[in-house]
Amino acid sequence: MSGASTFLPRGTVYGTLLNFRREVDAWQPRMDKTPYNAAPKAPVLYVKPANTWTPSGGAIAVPARVPEVEIGATVAAVVGEDGEVAGYVLVNDLSIPHESFYRPPVKFKCLDGFFGLASGLRSAAEAGEPSQFRLTVKTNGAVVQTIDFAEMVRPAARLLADIGEFMTLRDGDWLLLGLDITADGRRPRAQVGDRIEISSPGFAILENSLVAETAA
Amino acid sequence: MKHARIILEGRTHDATEQDGRLKLADGRLVGFDAVTTWLPPLAPTSRARTILALGLNYADHAKELAFKAPEEPLVFIKGEGSLIGHRQKTIRPAGVTYMHYECELAIVVGKTARNVKRADAYDYIDGYTVANDYAIRDYLENWYRPNLRVKNRDTCTPIGPWFVDAEDVPNPMALALSTTVNGKVTQSGSTKDMIFDAPFLIEYFSSFMTLSQGDLILTGTPDGVVDCHPGDVIVTEIEGIGALVNTIA
Repeated sequence: MSGASTFLPRGTVYGTLLNFRREVDAWQPRMDKTPYNAAPKAPVLYVKPANTWTPSGGAIAVPARVPEVEIGATVAAVVGEDGEVAGYVLVNDLSIPHESFYRPPVKFKCLDGFFGLASGLRSAAEAGEPSQFRLTVKTNGAVVQTIDFAEMVRPAARLLADIGEFMTLRDGDWLLLGLDITADGRRPRAQVGDRIEISSPGFAILENSLVAETAA
Repeated sequence: MKHARIILEGRTHDATEQDGRLKLADGRLVGFDAVTTWLPPLAPTSRARTILALGLNYADHAKELAFKAPEEPLVFIKGEGSLIGHRQKTIRPAGVTYMHYECELAIVVGKTARNVKRADAYDYIDGYTVANDYAIRDYLENWYRPNLRVKNRDTCTPIGPWFVDAEDVPNPMALALSTTVNGKVTQSGSTKDMIFDAPFLIEYFSSFMTLSQGDLILTGTPDGVVDCHPGDVIVTEIEGIGALVNTIA
């Protein structure tokens, strides 16, 4: 990556809901109940719009009304000109914690700055098969989560194929491969003052700090 | 003024409407039928355009779909890849039973908007266009509903033909809105019946996210959606903004 310009997505950033086994298993008893009434069949996606993007090293402002945020560590597959995956980037899909997946999560996931992204991509050729990825998530230097991408419900190739059935991921679009939960049944939380670090061997590290939003 | 973006003789042009023709930047006047391709009438943005789309924003449509009117906006975000221009084809997937148009007033944001108050909201609107936010109901699932398999398909969001400057739309909250299928009126309403109107939406979204120049807000559709089949010509029209023509393939 050139040092002169900040590394940012050229296209749209899509996220994937419920793509790790532990979270799907945790949701299983509720899937047949109202309002869901059935397990999801096709990939369920959402968008992290441009106002959410924060490069590594940048501070992420948290509104005073939000006591803590969910850390959403994952890997983004970056689509290249040929429509194939050009490489992968470590990202942090921050959310205001929310219990329901019934309605689109715009007010929980699309706050300014709520998407941290590392400073460069690891080429697909070098990165190899995404199911081999292992991520370590730390807050203030302490490990709070490790993520094993062998636990994906839809491995990357299958996820891309299933999405391709209904929409085209274009040159420059990013696709997040999914967020996992920890053994306590939720994603790690963080609050103002915390430094969040996401790393994986061979990848550019992602590091952001949470700061209090200054009053408008 | 009404602005378009078109492809003519292999090149992309910005154009304005003048006496039923298109005036190009180089001064040429061309007829609408000479246009090779009508593109979405929007200037490119440096980062991906945010496209906010409202569901259930007209009380009658909410009722039609057996929902009570929402207490806050029901919104999802679409990708720019779903947009196509005027006079293009939209694909109906094989084997589906219910695909319907949604005629919607689209707000184009004019400048960076954060914590904008309702009273100032119109200062942040650059203009308007017409969007047809097709839905394929067969694919509805109750996970982040409406899920993107229903709402973010290639070719399924025609937009245009015109971007109309805000100054030429004195009251965007009282515009007649209609859809015809093969010439027969199937949907008619008025933007005055929106549950959450344009100033409200600017205030609401900018209270938690920064809107940027070129971002879009598709404001929902009223009652009167019907199934569309290959070969059908769908015209979604909003008074003073334009008539957006689309054909189902």
